[in-house]
Formats: sequence, C-alpha cells, structure tokens
Amino acid sequence: MNLKTWIGAAAPLAADPGIRRIVVGGEDWRRIAEDLAAAGGRLLALWGQDAGAGYPAVFAAYATAAGLLLAELPFEAPPGDASIYPGLQDLFPFASRMQRAVYDLYGLRSTDADTRPWLRHAPDGGYEFVRVEGDGVHEIPVGPVHAGIIEPGHFRFSVVGEKVLRLEERLGFTHKGIERRFLDFDVEQGCRLAARVCGDSAVAYSWAYCRALEDRVGVEIPRRANWLRALALELERIANHLGDLGALGNDAGFAFGLTQFSRLKEGLLRATEAAFGRRYLLDTIAPGGVCGDLPAAAGAALERELAYVAAETVALRDIYDEHAGLRDRFVGAGAVAPELAARLGLTGLAGRASGQAYDLRTDLRDAPYDELRAAKCGAETGDVAARVTLRFDEVAESCRLGRRILGDLPAGGVRTNVPPPAADSLGIGIIEGWRGPVLVALAAAAGGRIRRCHPHDPSWQNWPALEHAVIDNIVPDFPLINKSFNLAYSGHDL
Amino acid sequence: MLKTLRRIHRIGLVTEAAPCEDQAMRVREVLGRRILQIMGRALCVRMVDAGSCNGCELEINALSNPIYNIEGLGVRFVASPRHADLLLVTGPVSIHMRDALLRVFEATPDPKLVVAVGDCGCNGGIFGVGGASLGPVSNVIPVDAAVAGCPPTPTRLLAGILTALSPSEGR
Ligand code: SF4
Repeated sequence: MNLKTWIGAAAPLAADPGIRRIVVGGEDWRRIAEDLAAAGGRLLALWGQDAGAGYPAVFAAYATAAGLLLAELPFEAPPGDASIYPGLQDLFPFASRMQRAVYDLYGLRSTDADTRPWLRHAPDGGYEFVRVEGDGVHEIPVGPVHAGIIEPGHFRFSVVGEKVLRLEERLGFTHKGIERRFLDFDVEQGCRLAARVCGDSAVAYSWAYCRALEDRVGVEIPRRANWLRALALELERIANHLGDLGALGNDAGFAFGLTQFSRLKEGLLRATEAAFGRRYLLDTIAPGGVCGDLPAAAGAALERELAYVAAETVALRDIYDEHAGLRDRFVGAGAVAPELAARLGLTGLAGRASGQAYDLRTDLRDAPYDELRAAKCGAETGDVAARVTLRFDEVAESCRLGRRILGDLPAGGVRTNVPPPAADSLGIGIIEGWRGPVLVALAAAAGGRIRRCHPHDPSWQNWPALEHAVIDNIVPDFPLINKSFNLAYSGHDL
Repeated sequence: MLKTLRRIHRIGLVTEAAPCEDQAMRVREVLGRRILQIMGRALCVRMVDAGSCNGCELEINALSNPIYNIEGLGVRFVASPRHADLLLVTGPVSIHMRDALLRVFEATPDPKLVVAVGDCGCNGGIFGVGGASLGPVSNVIPVDAAVAGCPPTPTRLLAGILTALSPSEGR
C-alpha cells in the first residue's frame, strides 16, 4: 500500500485532524513501516505500554509528507511469548534502542537481535559491549561520571593509537522512572513533571505536553498566550545555543569564546527573569496558556536585550570565523554526510546541519508559527563547523522572532480554563525544541488522572549517529564532537 | 586578534560581588575552623550529576561565567574526585547512579564536604523517592549543606558553597 492509502485508512485523532491513528496487527505494523520508509517518512518515536494503561501495546509515530501517522499495535495476552512484535531496526536503525527500552519498561519484545537491557541496567551493573579485535586495538572506558559539568553516561572507545575505531554508548544512568511517576499526578500537575524530563528543554516539553492535552478537549488557547509560548521557546533556544557556542570555543582551546558567550547568556537570563519571573522557564507554560503575563517594561527591556544579543553574536561570529585555530578544529571534525544522516534518521539541529531540512516550526506551521514565519536554517557538511554555523544562524533567527513577538504581541488574556479530558482519550503534542522535535503522548484516565504519558526526546535518534560521527576521528576530539551534538541524557533515560 | 583584544578591553571587568553565606543551608558541621580556613583559600570542587534533569547543571555552569566568576574566589572545578575538597551533587539519585556516587565519595580524600543541589538533591523534588529514584543525596552520602531551588540560582549556589566552607557562628 502506498502512503496515501495508509493515511486514508487511519482515523483523525480527537480534535486534531493533523494526526491520524491506525490500529493494526503485527503484519501491518511492519508493512506501514516499510511503506512509510520507502516514501521518505520518518519515525518520530516508538513507545509501549503494559496492562496498567488498559492493555499492552506498542505505538509508533511517523512524520510523512501527508501528515502525522500514529500506528498502534495492541496485544491481548499479558506480556509473554505472544507479545513479540516485528522489529523496525533495518528500516529505522535508531528504533533498536527504543525497542529495548520498551522491553525494559513494559515487557514487550521485538524480533530484532539486540536484546541487551538499555534503560534498566542489570543488577550487577554489567553490560556486553561489542568487542573490536585486532592488532594494537585497546579500549578506553569513560564514565558514567564525566570530567566536566555534564550529565552521566558511559562511552566505550575502541582505539588504535589515537584513532577511534568504534564508540559504543551506554546510557540509562539517569533513569528515574519518569513514566511511572506521571501516574502519581493529574493532567494539570503533569505539566510540571513534563518540564523536568529534560531541564534544558523545559519549554519544549511543557508545550508539547500542553498540546497533547489541549487539542483533544478543543480549547482555544488565547492568541497572546500562544505568542508568549513561542517567545519562551525561542528564548530557550537562544540560551542553549549561546551556552554551546561558548563551550565549543572553549573545547577548541579558545577560552575567550566561553567568557564572551556565557556573559551574553547571563544577560539574556536576567532579562528573561525580569520578563517571566524566572531565569529558566520550567513553570512558564501550563495547560490553557502561560502562568503569568509579561510586564510591559520588562518586555521592552527584553526586546533590547535580544537586539544586543543578536548584534554581539554577529561580532563574535566574525571572530570565530577568522580564528585559524578554531577553523582547524571545527572543519571536518565529527562529520555525518547527508546520505548517512538520512539513513540514520538524524534529526533536529544536528540533522539540519547534515542536510536534513526538517523544522516543525516551518513544516507544520502550527500557531503561532503560521503567523511568525520562522526561516529554516541549514547546512550540508555535517561536521562540527556546520553545527556551529547552524547555532549562529538560529540565534540570529530566534532573536528576530523574539523581537517580532515582543513588537506585535497581541492583546488579551494569557490563560484559559482546560476541562479534564475524557477517560481513555489519547493526545499527541510535538514541538521543535532547540535540539529537535520533542513529542509527548498523553493518555488520560477517569477524573483527570494520567493513564499513560510518554515523553520522547530527539536524542533517541541522534545518540546512535554520534557513534558514527566519531569514527576515524582522534580521541581528543571527542569532547568537541560530543558538545557539537549536545544530546540529552535525562531526556533520553526517562 | 586585534578584534579579540579590543573586545576584551571594551567589555572590561563584569564580575559582581559574591553573596554572603546563609546558615539556613547548613545541614551539619563536622570540620574544624582551621581546616575550613585552609580549604577556603583554594577550594577544589567536583560536580556529580547523580540523576538530575540537567536544569541544575545549567546554573552550576553559570558559576564559571565572568559575572559570578567563581574562580576569582579561589574555587575551582576539577575533573577528578581525587583532587576535590568538596562534592557538588545534583539529584535525585537514580538507582543506576548510586554506586558511581558512592565511589566518587570514597575517592575524595578527607577532609571533604558535600553540598546537595536543587530541590531534587535536597528532598527528591518532583521525582520523589521510590521506583528508580532514591531521592535526596543524603539518602546515599552525608551532606553538609543543601541548596534548594529548581534550579537554584547561581547566587544561591555560591552562598551554599560558602556556607559549607564557613564555620557556624560561635565555634
Ligand atoms: S531541582 Fe529542578 S532543575 Fe534541579 S534536577 Fe530537580 S527538577 Fe531539575
């Protein structure tokens, strides 16, 4: 069957006709994946649930040229031999880890060969790394505790001399049972937990969560609130990009870059605090809108700050571009060519730096981006230099968007009442965070409780690509390459 | 190069004064005044993320920016626990990070201090205690000072570190 037929066979999800859902058996689960992969569709997320959420099932969300498609494969039997489903690893390589996570958390097994635990570690902490044999090959284990101020994870390098032959990641160290924890909250409070799945992307997660909730109960979010949400999202993007640009300079031996960008970031955080009441916007977006209005004077100050950040970033970009030492470290390092990126499903910022021109803000044009018209940034070389370029371009574009929002902010209220969703209803929200598309699937239970909530971070797609990016690079370049991706641990480990 | 130098000159010094310590953050006090005085002059800090959401790390990173300039106070982040006097630990401690945290604590030479960071590090925060979350840092290693907040601001973090370093009044 072709893409159109599958889309036609699926039914629109509640109030959001942009997302269609199809319930299938194992054969069609596989056929959909094949047909969509052939038609250029992308797997956005794959997750599972057990009988605790009503019935065991696996879900796959796809982005296609004809819209978003949600495939659901329910099981009648309790987890066991009968609940094995066809794996998708050959079509979407990054699906493997998601499938392993589904088994760890919900006991449903795919047919793919790799069955090592992923999010739930063995009681003795052991793990079977793939060994590279050969003359002069040795292993370097790193982590879970890293040297810098970053999240924990384990990297196993197989090297000859300084050259990396293979990197194998092992994650799951920050797994704290977030999906189970959601069940302790009602749909309103769940938003606060969503914001804390991955603290650097709090706006993207809380907005995606709210979308998953609001669309289905048919509430109209006040226009002003929607614009403020977009402002918060762009501020989050700028703050993270500024931090990364400084850190990337520093990792390449240019401490001046870190000093300058971290100073700019601090200024932006202070202007953000004056406008939204806090430096990081973990509790800004809430069901029905945003938690508070912008004081007019702080809005004007924030607008000036964004103009300042934009101008200073242009000046610093000039310095980065002319710095021979930085160019030497950035250009060619950690490259993922566009063809490989397409095959690996590289997404978000890193994807755009490797010719994967997808950005939900421009592709879906959900409000308010239908009015704001974000420009899509992109590069082709897929190396550290390209990911640096992307960040410079996106800082400029997000500063422009932020100023546009502050200049034309619609009048009106900032929050509306959200009625509790019907029991058993399912909603999906997707937001282009600074790292890439963040997806939240939220199923409600009776009385406004949460039956099941799955937050998906784009790092699931991009972590495996990092393993490819470092092949043939030298070990001392790894921190730089890793930073240029800057992937999430907590957002991934759940 | 000229552009870089001009910029350094134009922006000048932007560092702000450090906050005072805050006795309310103290959890316990085990080190004598003399040790603290020696440590206070050149303190090495090892940061350990024991399961946080990465929000706390953003603010800990801000301590090194030129505005808070933690190095200007003699406090330095180091790469190994063996070089550290103080552990700055974010949480909640995940089950999978428990052993690593214990190992880091054991590898840190005595006398040592521990500062728990964030609502999660102090009491488990929104993740609570249970399931794969062991909750507060103090459930796994002894804590000298606790800095609440979600995430705590850099100013509060600095105050927390300085509190752990200062003898309480009257000692
Ligand atoms: S205290 Fe807040 S910012 Fe820090 S780890 Fe916990 S949820 Fe994240």
